[in-house]
Amino acid sequence: MVTHENGGGHGHHQPPSGFIRKWVFSIDHKVIGIQYLCLALFSVFVGMALSLLMRFHLAWPAAKIPFLSGGQMTPEQYLALMTMHGTIMVFMVLTTAPQSGFGNYFLPIQIGAADMAFPVLNMLSFWTTFVSLVVMICAFFVSGGAPIGGWTSYAPLSALGEIVGPGQGGGETLWIIGLAIFCGASLMGALNFITTLIDLRAKGMTLGRLPLTCWTWFVTAILGLLAFGVLLAACILLLLDRLAGTSFFIPGGLVVTDQVITWHKGGSPLLWQHLFWFFGHPEVYIAILPGMGVASHLLSTFSRKPVFGYRAMVGAVCGIGFLGFCVWGHHMFVSGMSPYSAFAFSILTMTIGVPSAIKTFNWLGTLWGGKIQFNCAMLFALGFVSLFVSGGLSGLFLAQPALDLYLHDGYFVVAHFHLIMGVAAIFGMFAGLYFWFPKMFGRFMNESIGKLHFWLTFIGVYAIFMPMHFMGLAGIPRRYSEMTAGPFLQKLQPLVVFITIAAFITIGGQLIFLFNFLWSLFAGKEAKEENPWHATTLEWSIPSPPPFDNFGGIEPVVYHGPYEFSVPGAADDYIPQHLAPDLVRKA
Amino acid sequence: MPGTIVDDIELIDAGRGGGTPPPAGGDDDDGGSSGARRPVPRRAYFTALQLGLAAIVMFFMALASSYIVRKGLGTDWQRAPIPPVLWFNTLILLASSVTIVVARKKLEGGEREAFRSWWWVTTGLGLLFLAGQIIAWRELAAAGMLLATNPSSSFFYLLTAAHGAHLAGGILALLYVAFRPWSRSRISQETAAELTSIYWHFMDGLWIFLFALLTLGR
Repeated sequence: MVTHENGGGHGHHQPPSGFIRKWVFSIDHKVIGIQYLCLALFSVFVGMALSLLMRFHLAWPAAKIPFLSGGQMTPEQYLALMTMHGTIMVFMVLTTAPQSGFGNYFLPIQIGAADMAFPVLNMLSFWTTFVSLVVMICAFFVSGGAPIGGWTSYAPLSALGEIVGPGQGGGETLWIIGLAIFCGASLMGALNFITTLIDLRAKGMTLGRLPLTCWTWFVTAILGLLAFGVLLAACILLLLDRLAGTSFFIPGGLVVTDQVITWHKGGSPLLWQHLFWFFGHPEVYIAILPGMGVASHLLSTFSRKPVFGYRAMVGAVCGIGFLGFCVWGHHMFVSGMSPYSAFAFSILTMTIGVPSAIKTFNWLGTLWGGKIQFNCAMLFALGFVSLFVSGGLSGLFLAQPALDLYLHDGYFVVAHFHLIMGVAAIFGMFAGLYFWFPKMFGRFMNESIGKLHFWLTFIGVYAIFMPMHFMGLAGIPRRYSEMTAGPFLQKLQPLVVFITIAAFITIGGQLIFLFNFLWSLFAGKEAKEENPWHATTLEWSIPSPPPFDNFGGIEPVVYHGPYEFSVPGAADDYIPQHLAPDLVRKA
Repeated sequence: MPGTIVDDIELIDAGRGGGTPPPAGGDDDDGGSSGARRPVPRRAYFTALQLGLAAIVMFFMALASSYIVRKGLGTDWQRAPIPPVLWFNTLILLASSVTIVVARKKLEGGEREAFRSWWWVTTGLGLLFLAGQIIAWRELAAAGMLLATNPSSSFFYLLTAAHGAHLAGGILALLYVAFRPWSRSRISQETAAELTSIYWHFMDGLWIFLFALLTLGR
């Protein structure tokens, strides 16, 4: 039996009054979830704008861009755009929206809790994230501009300061500080998520009855908890190299722009890579795992069938999470590592194919023979599966050191990680948004516009990223601002132009989404019933939008698994988790 | 989970109405609080503390492995002298772990005054430890080993500073437990004292590890 402390602090359960307490410094997990989603929405449009500039320059290198000094983009400006595009997308979109956004909103409700375990800490993690975004964006506006070292910020380029290029001065320092702040925010969030899931589940909500969304948020939080501390340590070491003259990552005898660096010696650039990728690879799963949860959840709901192999799905999520910590070396095959190490990392990496295949086949098994409803949420969930397979298969090529040596610095890698980590994860978010929108805002998003958005995006991202595989195989290097330098690069220029046009159209499609989102907020069809999708999990047992304490002071009790669809002998084709067995209508 | 579904349907077919107890769930709550919002269970604070310590372990393991890698790969490593005051500091910190145990025993026994005294002794020992660490820095600096002099001294300052910052957090927690008005709190002073003491012991153990790394791994 659990001991409860005295309840003197119940005051925080009262709905706050006043704009500031309610919408700005809110401690309600739902408001915080929406705040995270807004932060991610802002960031994704910033990130897309940066990519548009890059694509424009790649297609038409001689064209002038009005607001750039000098008009024509320099290679350094291109690298700055690339760095900030990657950083903002990875940290402020892919890490925040699926986990901190949707997870914050729906994890407590799906497990039957009134809020997160530590609401004030929750608020702090959001505002810390906000500060880190502001600090990073400030990098654009300091002398020298944004950093040029890529989102991985490899040393010694990132450690030497302004001497190695514009943006590597104040911009890079701000970038590192912003990232360190983000580490703190993510650690607070992860701690809150895990505690909430372990200790605040409603009666009857056993681990075997957790929706797969909760399982993925749980495992993602564990990854965050164990990975962000390492990145924080790495950021501190890098800052000391830059600001205090230490030599953790800077080797001796470097010559930069005809100047010999004498004040640093003995450091190891590979140490930075090890530390960064020990964080960086789990980070990939932090981005994609919540999407897997949403996809599993929606495929089951909209094919009116239980998830095929629930336990195998849970095992696969945990397996992917565990293996995610064992494979960081596959990002470093070209660093000159011992072939024996490379072999071990290669085998471990390919092992991830096993849980990934389990998930994919179970998704197909879930769909098999189901009464599939092709609404927008389901289309995006199916799109997720498609992109996960397309992006994942190229991972098996890159996992082999011999192939990676050739492919590593080319567009094949760009295609791979954008499909699997970027676009697939974003499809997971879209699926979640179309699905949960009526619960969050009490209105539906427009289905017709949504379907147009889906098809534009789905065809668009394949048109953008599939050709990049061929560019990579043809030897086109990544990170280059212009492809016109050599004859072998020039031959593929028409493909570069094609990708740019596809990117313009796809990003245009996102404006359609933005319109649908804003229009539906105020004028969308009202979601009158609590459970319009006839779904089973607890969020569909409460009003839309949910009240301040979610369940109106009543503690929900869970009697069923999360995916009891089309149960033989039952009148309805779904049994909500909270429905007492004697209330289930017989056929 | 097909198994669960079949079980439930069998229950329906058997016509058992009302009062079917829900299976044991994630919460071993006694259920006496229906209608009112459940307070956060006491154990959540311990879960959170353990998770926080896990994150701290990862942070320090990243630094410790960097220490080992940097020493192994570089050719410029010099043995940093270990200031003798560190031995004294270690004893101080070990003593503070003893006094915090005594303080908690007094609190459990209802001896509030004795608790307060021992709690202050612990806080004082913590501050003394931090002062001792600063003396160690000054000794090292006097020996010509500054932050950027050599990777060994860089790591010395970094590891001791990182530990010191975490210990300072522990001192803030000690002060918080001493000064907070506990009557209106979500948790009791006993719980807060227990959480703080776990953190304090952990900082003690962490220091032993770091001191061993700095001394034996020179």
